Amino acid sequence: MTSPSAAPQPTTTALGADPGFVVRLDAFTGPLDLLLHLLREDEVEIADIPIARIADQFLSCIHQLGLNQAADYLEMAGRLLRLKAQMLLPRPSDDDWEDPRHELVRRLLEYQQIKEIVGWFERSAERRALQYVRGYIPPPPELPDLPPTLDLLALLEAVQRVIEGIPEPVLHRVVVRPLDVEGATTRIEALLAEHAEFGWRQALGERPTIVDVLSTFLALLELARRGFLHLHQPAPFADMVIRRDTALPAV
Amino acid sequence: MTPLSQLFEAALFSANRPLTVEELQTLDAEATLADVRTALDELREHYDFDQHAVELLELAGGWQILSRPHFAEAIEQAQFAQRTPRLTGASLETLAIISYRQPVGRAEIEEIRGVSAGGVLRALQERGMIEVVGRSEQLGRPLLYGTTALFLELLGLKDLAELPRAEELTIALHPPRPPEADAPGEDAAASVPADR
Repeated sequence: MTSPSAAPQPTTTALGADPGFVVRLDAFTGPLDLLLHLLREDEVEIADIPIARIADQFLSCIHQLGLNQAADYLEMAGRLLRLKAQMLLPRPSDDDWEDPRHELVRRLLEYQQIKEIVGWFERSAERRALQYVRGYIPPPPELPDLPPTLDLLALLEAVQRVIEGIPEPVLHRVVVRPLDVEGATTRIEALLAEHAEFGWRQALGERPTIVDVLSTFLALLELARRGFLHLHQPAPFADMVIRRDTALPAV
Repeated sequence: MTPLSQLFEAALFSANRPLTVEELQTLDAEATLADVRTALDELREHYDFDQHAVELLELAGGWQILSRPHFAEAIEQAQFAQRTPRLTGASLETLAIISYRQPVGRAEIEEIRGVSAGGVLRALQERGMIEVVGRSEQLGRPLLYGTTALFLELLGLKDLAELPRAEELTIALHPPRPPEADAPGEDAAASVPADR
């Protein structure tokens, strides 16, 4: 779909007129400030502003800004464009011609005067700020919350409090060993009766718990000591091989 | 020092704002305004002559004891006191316009600066540097603003008469192309904005 609005806007064409010109608009207090800056940059007389050129520069500046904070600047842009057009009109005669820039020039001079006063204010305030009056109460500094500081002594005291809070200090507790060496021995004896030789994993059975492993291991050692079987490990970390003692008869 | 000077020194030391001559006069029922001024002069000379680190200054229509500028850096570095934060460019421009044209309404300020002024006016009012001094007779009776004593205090001024006068500024507010006949009225700062 093509519509007339798709055509480039006048501001876009104006932008191309002056490339490589970079100005940060938030450094200015308003459109007049920017305008004064542009005039100073071009070293032109305020009384004789080259409207066409300045208008283009102004537009390219506010183009960079985007529209969100440009309302004040847009109004000035509109004025400049109208002036630009007015300057192009043929002049009836030099005597009758009233300079359309007159009002803008007046405002710029007025604004320049304000800037001069601002400079004076700044210097005065600066000077005054070097002197302090009694009774000045500095505003409390806003400090962020401090990270908790860990003091070793405080930490130990806290630990002490926790320990003291425990009702009865437990010195030693006798735990019944859940190891079932006897059961393991029975199981291995049963295996020995059936096989002359079997592996460690076979001795452990299906899904052994840590207790099963320990019980089985102790049972094997005990049986080996008593001469019922021989333990052999073919290589480091390899599974043990359990062999029935030859003296023991098969069932 | 005379007893009256000493009395003033104690009062000025205790107060945390400039004290006017009239306020100081209430300290001593016998004292005339001339006595007050003489005593103040004596105190100021005493500070100057004996090379005290503080001086007596006339500020915002009153008198106040201030530390001398020479010590500012050390005091600030030690963080015993803080400098007043600087004003923004927009605030300074607005103050400049108000101080010269008061009582002045928001529309005129915006006309001169070319930007809307609502936010800045509110901020300056909150900081106590300007105040509403009345209402215009114009349509809508807009508020009129003026500067406060705090404004003078922060600029270190006795009164508004200390502001530079229009003719002292390098940029005169004359019409850019005066007509052949002499333009009436030299004081262009007081001229009303041209109508559209």
